[in-house]
Amino acid sequence: MALHFGEHGEREQEHEGDVAHNTRMGVILFFVYILFYGGFMILSAFWPKVMSRPILGGVNLAVMYGFGLIVIALVLALIYMRVCRKSN
Amino acid sequence: MIHESSTLAVFVFLFFAGTVLGISFYLGRRAKSAKGYFAAGGGIHWAVNGVAFAGDYLSAASFLGICGMIAFFGYDGFLYSIGYLAGWIVALFIIAEPLKRLGRYTFADALDNRFNSRGIKLAAAVSTLVVSCFYLIPQMVGAGALVQPLLGFPHYVGVLVVGFIVTIIVTTAGMVSTTWVQFIKGTLLVVLCAFITVLILLRGLSTQPPGIPGKEVVVFKAGVPAAEVTGVAGAEVLPEEGAWAGKPYVRVRNKTTGTVAVWRKEGDRLSETQTVAVLKDGKKLVNGLPRGKGEGQADLASVGYPSKLPGNVEKTGALGPVEFIRTMEESEVVLWRSDRIVDSDGTATTIYYQKPTAGKDFMAPGSSPTFSKVRGSKFTDKLDFLSLMLALFCGTASLPHILIRYYTVKDQASARKSTVVGIAAIGFFYVLTLFLGLGAMTSGALDVTDSNMSAPLLARSFSELLFAVISAVAFTTVLGTVSGLIMAASGAVAHDLMTNFMKMEMNEHRKVRAAKVAAMCVGVVAIVLGILFAKMNVNFLVGWAFNIAASANLPALVMLLFWKRTTKQGITAAVIVGMLSSLGWILLSAQAYKDVYGIDPAGAIVPFSQPAIVTIPLGFAVLVIVSLLTQRPGEKTKAAA
Repeated sequence: MALHFGEHGEREQEHEGDVAHNTRMGVILFFVYILFYGGFMILSAFWPKVMSRPILGGVNLAVMYGFGLIVIALVLALIYMRVCRKSN
Repeated sequence: MIHESSTLAVFVFLFFAGTVLGISFYLGRRAKSAKGYFAAGGGIHWAVNGVAFAGDYLSAASFLGICGMIAFFGYDGFLYSIGYLAGWIVALFIIAEPLKRLGRYTFADALDNRFNSRGIKLAAAVSTLVVSCFYLIPQMVGAGALVQPLLGFPHYVGVLVVGFIVTIIVTTAGMVSTTWVQFIKGTLLVVLCAFITVLILLRGLSTQPPGIPGKEVVVFKAGVPAAEVTGVAGAEVLPEEGAWAGKPYVRVRNKTTGTVAVWRKEGDRLSETQTVAVLKDGKKLVNGLPRGKGEGQADLASVGYPSKLPGNVEKTGALGPVEFIRTMEESEVVLWRSDRIVDSDGTATTIYYQKPTAGKDFMAPGSSPTFSKVRGSKFTDKLDFLSLMLALFCGTASLPHILIRYYTVKDQASARKSTVVGIAAIGFFYVLTLFLGLGAMTSGALDVTDSNMSAPLLARSFSELLFAVISAVAFTTVLGTVSGLIMAASGAVAHDLMTNFMKMEMNEHRKVRAAKVAAMCVGVVAIVLGILFAKMNVNFLVGWAFNIAASANLPALVMLLFWKRTTKQGITAAVIVGMLSSLGWILLSAQAYKDVYGIDPAGAIVPFSQPAIVTIPLGFAVLVIVSLLTQRPGEKTKAAA
């Protein structure tokens, strides 16, 4: 992997349209994640009993959902990387 | 428990520290300019930056605190893992790009980009310093707490060693060496934890776990009919008087030796306990005998084993990851809780008692004292939990030492890519924490007095070499995060305060020198704080730092990006109000009453301990109100995004 320590030019130039597009994508994906995370927190705070029910392969909802939140974060991050536009 | 320090661990640590310092000096000449020092020249490869994110973020609290909490209480520790990771979503989707677009070296740069306001610079710099110091305390205290059992030096030596090494790292090559320290640490930590997880799965679960090599695991008596303990010849039951009256304990004196054993009573059944009594003159008795390892002395035994496995087998053999979790859920594990009784003669006895707990119970939220309230019905208790989870979610993207990493890559696309690498590495690590914690819970090697030691002791249950390596890596863990924090603080002083706020005329060379002097001062402050707060609980402090960061910084960052009418006065006010209100709330909370001042927590003024759920909205409200009040016609601000 190439490593550069030299001074790079000042900030990159971006098209305003691309910036707006990327921002919009970020906000949409952010709210998608909020739904998952919020659901988890509400369940844990108000219905902790539901979380201890086994759901898949004998593993309970708390563990499944917890791992799920980590995996979903990565999946959404990869989607974001794909849909973002690069100006130059 | 008395730990034997490992000479091997000292050597492995010296090797790591030497490597890291060598790299620092080697890279030092590449960080002469301001951009080189503050942002590593903006030329760090995105993959390196991604792993460095992991090294920056996965602090001693993440590693030792979460593993310890899972090992002692089960699933609840994993809630921190989930919250800490979720915070990266805010960082990636909302903060990363604009921050990179608007700033140069510091978080204050980005906030102030449109306004050129001295007020914003001052407020943002002070908030950076406050958050960094709050975050530094648990890291330094953690270093001190680690060094004693792991490497065999007293607390202050750990704090001094970390403070000294980190100050050298930061002053030789600033962000360049900081990046590489974090890169090395992130790699080591994730790879090592993955390796230990594989070992845990291969070993499987057993009702007679290995424990620490050379020491047999004691299987404690539990649920014994009372008569079998009290009725034997030579046993004398002491009367339940004074502080012991009405408590669920039976004290049995052996008439021949004179030692007193404490049993915990449940109905007419008794279970063995372990006790540490501190006499008025400071002498310590363990299970009634002087504390020590010699003849006629006693030390606490290591603990942690399942009392029942599914199908009543004694050993499961190797398990797959899913099978492992399922087996834990279907087992019963002997967890340990503690109780404290102070006699009228001043003797304070801490009783560690067995609490066999079904997996179904400890594998769901609410099994620890911290979160047990979610199983209750009081609404404010539930709010406390939600508030903490909100702080973890919003705090990550507001931590200055994380934000400055974005300035080390060359463009927006690199910023995005490095965050994705960071999320992958950090997410993978947090998945592992559940296995490590549960592995420690059933390793037979736990120290009932110190949950922070769970991960290293888990390693010791495999081999001494692994223990040495993980001890050294845990210590290196502190180095990575502390150097990031000192870097952020030195940037706030030299770039935000001296250059931009006080308008001191400095050329590149002098500015870098000022930053190095600032780094040294912050290093000294960190050492002093680490020694002063030696007794504080590390986990709470990290949670508080997240609360303050989220309350002070997030409203300003978000509104600057998404609300066109934001004014400089609005931003300044939001940062100041968010910082002061969250700090004030914390200082007036039940947790601070109990742990900082040592007074009755019932007298606390605020209704719950975690402020974020109140102070983040407050920050937004202040920003909106002040901005609306300070709109100037004709001076239309341009939308940033």
